[in-house]
Amino acid sequence: MPHADPRPSPRRGAGELEAAVLSVLWQAGRALSPGEVQQALTGQADAPAPELSYSTVVTILSRLHAKKALDRRRDGRAFRYAPVADEAGLAARRLAAMLDKEPDRQAVLSRFVADLSESDEALLRRVLADDGAQAS
Amino acid sequence: MRLAVYLPLVLPALFALLAGPLSARLDPRHATWLLTGAAVALAGCSTLALGLLAAAAAVRIPLVASLGHWSLSVLGPDNPPGLAVALLAGILLGVAALTVSGFVIRRYRALAGAYREARCLPGRGQTVVVQDEAADAYALPGRPGRIVVTAGMLAALDEPGRAALLAHERAHLAGFHYLFTTAARLAATASPLLRPAARAVEYTVERWADERAAKVVGDRRLVAHTIGRAALAAKANRPRRAIPAALGAVFSGAHVRAHARPGPVPRRVAALLAPPPPRRLVLLAAVLALVALAGICALEAANDLQDLLSLASAHHYH
Repeated sequence: MPHADPRPSPRRGAGELEAAVLSVLWQAGRALSPGEVQQALTGQADAPAPELSYSTVVTILSRLHAKKALDRRRDGRAFRYAPVADEAGLAARRLAAMLDKEPDRQAVLSRFVADLSESDEALLRRVLADDGAQAS
Repeated sequence: MRLAVYLPLVLPALFALLAGPLSARLDPRHATWLLTGAAVALAGCSTLALGLLAAAAAVRIPLVASLGHWSLSVLGPDNPPGLAVALLAGILLGVAALTVSGFVIRRYRALAGAYREARCLPGRGQTVVVQDEAADAYALPGRPGRIVVTAGMLAALDEPGRAALLAHERAHLAGFHYLFTTAARLAATASPLLRPAARAVEYTVERWADERAAKVVGDRRLVAHTIGRAALAAKANRPRRAIPAALGAVFSGAHVRAHARPGPVPRRVAALLAPPPPRRLVLLAAVLALVALAGICALEAANDLQDLLSLASAHHYH
């Protein structure tokens, strides 16, 4: 859950670093560059991740961007990052990410609509159009 | 120990052929109960038959026979089943035990994860709206279960459509539909011939929730069009899902069927646009007869083995 403690223990998983980066961005309330994120994470006295390198921060940011948890826009030669979702949105994103990974996870959720294949989409449009024509 | 022991191994294949037509023709609630119950019963019978075949050979091992005080001359090395058949049965049984325990562990973890998520989702209401432009909606089993709907899905539907969607997901939670699909999958793991039946149950619970939603909103056409609109909206902004789905299809061989047969969404829509399915007692009775036959055969085979062992036991002391 995204309520992760921003000051995790020295040995941290990638998920905790991501949570720490996200909480920095939420608190900032504006788009930050990787340098600013690193500053926020390492600069303070009780810094959440004092040993974090710039390149690690860039890696985490681009990973979060790939997961669609962050928006980014180009600013000069670097990107600036901002969160796209509130906490509920992030919870849902995590669920969706897990769904993609684990077939059993997928199986215990009752999705309203299963994914459509191309031929299903064509068929569905035809069925709906036929019914619409009959009704009118 | 003759035909009776082999019939329970073959009947699941026959039932699997019936599962598709049954899921399309029966009232979805009946179909779900029938297909799940029959799949579990048939899986039990075929596992019992495999166990009997393996046991019939195991008792002929001299050490086992002496431990059981059975006469080897009565059991005889030439009695059916042959050693090769018994060995195969033993291997199949072992593989089934492994895959079933793997399935139970994975499904337990997935369900525990879902329960945890249901607890952790924000708010106290049953429905959680998440700020996500991708159109998606699902029911999360839990205590209590939750319904997750994205803002993208709400935007894709009008007010009656949203009511239909919520009624559909509530029907899943109220009916504990995940228990049916899990039981059917468990049966199909124990007895892989039953896989079409498990897929059929996954379809009939959707149909069950569709018909329930149609009752709640009082309009089957509305539900049909809502499903169609939601599926098209989900497809429009979820193209990246197509890749894992395609990979899965290659591995399960589903790509062959995908072209031969429409997927669940068009079939659900078509079923709602057609008149409601009638009660078909003959079909119900046919499946129940099939299950009864498998059960009788398995019990008969078990009886045979027991008789043989009593005879061998009696001779041992003479």
